[in-house]
Amino acid sequence: MRVPLSWLRDFAPFDGDPADLAATLDDLGLVVEEIQRMGEGLGDVVIARVDDITPISGADKIRRIVVDAGDGPIEVVCGAWNFELGDLVPLAPVGAVLPGGFAIGRRKMKGVVSNGMLCSGRELELSDDGEGIMVLNRVEGAYPGQRFTEAMGIETDVVFDIAVEANRPDAWSIAGVARDLAARLGLPFAFPVTDGGVSASVGEVGAAIETLTSVRVDDLELCPRFTARVVTGVVVGPSPKWVADRLSLAGMRSINNVVDASNYVMLELGQPTHPYDLDRLGGGGLVIRRAAKGETITTLDGVVRMLGRPGPGLGDTGEDCLICDTEGTPVGIGGVMGGASSEIGVDTTRVLLETAYFVPMAIARTSKRLALRTEASARYERGCDPEGIDRAADRFCELLAMTAGSSASVASGTIDLRGDVPTPVKLAVRVSRVNELLGTGFTSSQIASLLDPIGISVLEVRADDEDPDVGLLQVTVPTFRPDIRSAPMGESDIIEEIARTYGYSRLPRRMPAWPQPGRLTVYQQDRRRLKEVLCGLGASESWTSTFVSAFDQTMSGVDPPYIEVTNPLVESERYLRTSMVPGLVRAVVYNSERRQGDIRLFEVGTVFNYPESPPVDPEAGPAADMSERLCAVFCAEGDDAWTAVAAWHAIAEALAIADWSMLPAGGPTAAVLHAYRSAGLSSVVETPPDEFGLTSKSTQLGVVGELDPHIVGSLGLLGRDGRARRVGWLDLDIGTLLNRDSVPRKPEASRPISRFPSSDLDLAFAVDNDTPTGAVERALRRAGGEELESVELFDVFRGDVVGDGRRSLAFRLRLCSIDHTLDDGELAELRSRCIAAVEKGGKAALR
Amino acid sequence: MSTALDIDALVKDAEVAISAARTTEDIRQVATEVGGKKSPLAEAHRGLGALEPEARKELGRLLHEARTTIDSLVECRRTEIRFAEMQATMESDRIDLSEFIPGAVKSSPTRGHLHLVSQTRDALEDVFVGMGYEVAEGPDIETDWFNFGALNIPPAHPARGMWDTFYLNLGAPESTLLRTHTSPVQIHLMEAAVANGDLPIHAVIPGRCYRRDTPDARHLPVFHQIEGLVVDKGITFADLAGTIEVFTAAYFGSDIHSRLRPAYFPFTEPSAEFEVTCTICHGDGCRTCSQTGWIELGGCGMVDPAVFDAVGIDPDLWTGFAFGFGIDRCAQMRHQIADMRALNENDLRFLRQF
Repeated sequence: MRVPLSWLRDFAPFDGDPADLAATLDDLGLVVEEIQRMGEGLGDVVIARVDDITPISGADKIRRIVVDAGDGPIEVVCGAWNFELGDLVPLAPVGAVLPGGFAIGRRKMKGVVSNGMLCSGRELELSDDGEGIMVLNRVEGAYPGQRFTEAMGIETDVVFDIAVEANRPDAWSIAGVARDLAARLGLPFAFPVTDGGVSASVGEVGAAIETLTSVRVDDLELCPRFTARVVTGVVVGPSPKWVADRLSLAGMRSINNVVDASNYVMLELGQPTHPYDLDRLGGGGLVIRRAAKGETITTLDGVVRMLGRPGPGLGDTGEDCLICDTEGTPVGIGGVMGGASSEIGVDTTRVLLETAYFVPMAIARTSKRLALRTEASARYERGCDPEGIDRAADRFCELLAMTAGSSASVASGTIDLRGDVPTPVKLAVRVSRVNELLGTGFTSSQIASLLDPIGISVLEVRADDEDPDVGLLQVTVPTFRPDIRSAPMGESDIIEEIARTYGYSRLPRRMPAWPQPGRLTVYQQDRRRLKEVLCGLGASESWTSTFVSAFDQTMSGVDPPYIEVTNPLVESERYLRTSMVPGLVRAVVYNSERRQGDIRLFEVGTVFNYPESPPVDPEAGPAADMSERLCAVFCAEGDDAWTAVAAWHAIAEALAIADWSMLPAGGPTAAVLHAYRSAGLSSVVETPPDEFGLTSKSTQLGVVGELDPHIVGSLGLLGRDGRARRVGWLDLDIGTLLNRDSVPRKPEASRPISRFPSSDLDLAFAVDNDTPTGAVERALRRAGGEELESVELFDVFRGDVVGDGRRSLAFRLRLCSIDHTLDDGELAELRSRCIAAVEKGGKAALR
Repeated sequence: MSTALDIDALVKDAEVAISAARTTEDIRQVATEVGGKKSPLAEAHRGLGALEPEARKELGRLLHEARTTIDSLVECRRTEIRFAEMQATMESDRIDLSEFIPGAVKSSPTRGHLHLVSQTRDALEDVFVGMGYEVAEGPDIETDWFNFGALNIPPAHPARGMWDTFYLNLGAPESTLLRTHTSPVQIHLMEAAVANGDLPIHAVIPGRCYRRDTPDARHLPVFHQIEGLVVDKGITFADLAGTIEVFTAAYFGSDIHSRLRPAYFPFTEPSAEFEVTCTICHGDGCRTCSQTGWIELGGCGMVDPAVFDAVGIDPDLWTGFAFGFGIDRCAQMRHQIADMRALNENDLRFLRQF
């Protein structure tokens, strides 16, 4: 909100440096976003008459102009062509400093000396017009040598642009800002005295309002208070300069004296009003009622609006307050916008003024549903003062009587219809509570002196002279502060007011301490470790979009339905991702297009799946299927499925996963659909004595392998040969992976290291292609028992020697005992035990 | 002379030929046979010219229908074959990934980098852990109740305008949404603490949030926030102000200070916005801080009694404070990032700087 300092001074004698006032406003929570100094830098500008215009040889854009600013001819060079001999123009002489700090010096252009500058509206920061200079022939009484500000009637002023918080409708007005500021500065605050235009009514003294119009309110729930005033003998015309100037400083355009009076009152007091042309109201009066379902009205902006229908907003039942004339024609949406039919026009002579209180929540819903936010609705939905109505109506009548011609006359009386309007909140405030919450030591009299100036009256119920803990105050909150709730919540609101008027910066500070230690959960520690492992593998962490397109969802291999955003920013961001693969592959594309090498990327983030059943109980938490995953893509030179497998080995090692298996992925799962050469990873919890451990009890952890080249190609990741790049891929459900209950870790207790020499044993088996190496290794491990220190695959070989459908797998087993050196007999025994275990199912044979 | 009967037979023949195709090559040939220039269909078309206008019109229509049917049959079969061939290739390319020989894979010559947002989040978490806080997390999708209602922002409350919300098509309209702040986790924490009887709470809550803002140099529609919640006995506004000051110096450096000024948040009362000394000019005033020497960082305040009421905590027994600010914003300030959008472009030249 733009607040001119001159207007604030109508309410209290503010003085001093505007920057200091702005700092005080900041500290009150009325944050000044900009200070604009009006008329600053115009003091040196004078009116000059154009006496001569001559071309400059060798220049076609600029001309030599001779002007007279009262003291004889001055030569300047000017690039504008929109003026003629004899025109009056603004001249900034040498030495002048224009708005924005632009200093005018003597300059020489094409051999001609320029002794100043003729100014455009933009250069003087008076308009956006920078095309030509200002021509002031029509300015009444202007003469060469006159100060520009004097001729134009520009007064210096300061405008504060204040961001008013949503809970402070009272501060969204000049008077409200002045009240808070005066309270802090200890200045007296008062409204200018008004008699409602009675003394300014120069026409025939008004008739009684009842003889001129009638008002009926059928729905006092939506409109708990409605007042009407009438001004007759109005001549609609432009507002006087002082009204137009104030509106303009406050950022509003001057329309005509009637509309301007309404806007003026709204800016000054925060109360919207609506003037109707009484002669254009059918039946000459108003009826306020609830809109029927599907009823329509054409609003001032010329749009036909449908009312009374529930909208998509939560809890919106479609209640709109409709203002009609007494013949039943809708003439306005209460508190939001007036209708086109009864708009004030040039021929209006009798004005009916509506000043009302509408229920904030209803206005908020209507405004949201119609997507129609007006200055009035924005104020009503925050809550206007139901008792500020009379002052606002008086002020309007006074302004109109002053500005609407000699015949204007305010009708006597007010039509005032009331239902249940909010009444002043009274509540008890414990002095002890104030100090407990703020960490202060205020006494009740200190508190009273902080609250009184902002209109909150304080009565001491129980004195705290002896013991501040017993002090009890009864406070009464004026109706212009709807943000302050009743008891018990309201006590906190009052405490904020105490802190705010005292000054947050003056309140004490203390560092709290408690006995509980701070910590990361084990999960959080492991997640950090996981990321570090990936970094160690040369992968950088990415942050790809949570929002994806339908195409990306298809590329993720997940079947619909997907979780859909009701109001996406763009169509390509309609869904919540089911996989991070498309985002990461696109990030690889982005980087390879920018000639980056060694691209390995990973992301730890949430993916979303459509829930089995939609949410039922909103207070039981969201019923959406979310899981935290790690997704990594390896796309450096030479990377493929094996890179991802190596990454998995590193992760399992770093996390000390007790036992895991890697089996060919099967089944129509998401993971498999975009996997090419892939395997499912699972944690093995318990292995029953099955030949290859294929039926072990396990928990799915994710998938490792290579991305399907079709998908890589579709997402645009192509190599120089035009074919899809090879992308190693690892995708883990880390919610499961890091859960130590379902994925056991190696025991914490240490194992003793043998002091005796170990022996190596190499065994090569011909194994069926469909038997995973991991299963063979597992069988060896189990057979080797405690004496098996390690087992490692060191060679894989395929060929005729091994036979069709088989390959040779060579393992090196290191055998060692904790308490003695294994002798040949023991080694032979271990060897045959291991061979037997592998050969048992008939799918492998020793070579 | 062709008749309607002939056309039916023609389509049937084509169908048989199409379904007999087994390979991409097969289907290419079949397509020519049943729809090419020498196909019976094309032949019949050529015969049209000789007919009376009325008959020509009727037969033309039938031929067009036949053509459409045959074309779509070919296309269907082509897709089926392509898919089957793809599956077959993948099947034959299949390898046993447990056949992994350690040392056979070349390790990366360079080290990867944690994302700047992660590094910033970790650093902030570490500062707060040092100050005695636990780190809590919560879901990205919330119901209206957790994101707004329980935080004293009922439906149609004007304060809702402070958060432009992404709603989801799940359940009743506008009932499920992407959280606009990390504050709903406060509700989860307090409800759990009440249910388990283990108040007090001293927690920071980092996480991803969503607001329907068009991305620009200072805003991203998806961003990260960290929020603090303390609920304990005897907690005051002085503790809040002290905490902010200690955190500020610990994270930004001992020459960076904080100040509070009144603000409005429905879930705290009294509420404040906190500003920290401008990290660019160290308080002297510059363009970044609009000559004020201060940069707005986040919001804070004492937990509103209405919020305590929603979760069943007795406000006369327990008091608390909450604060929240942007992780990305901290990163932007500390590393002088001109445009926030650099954070989610995933440009390695950016990621590798940190």
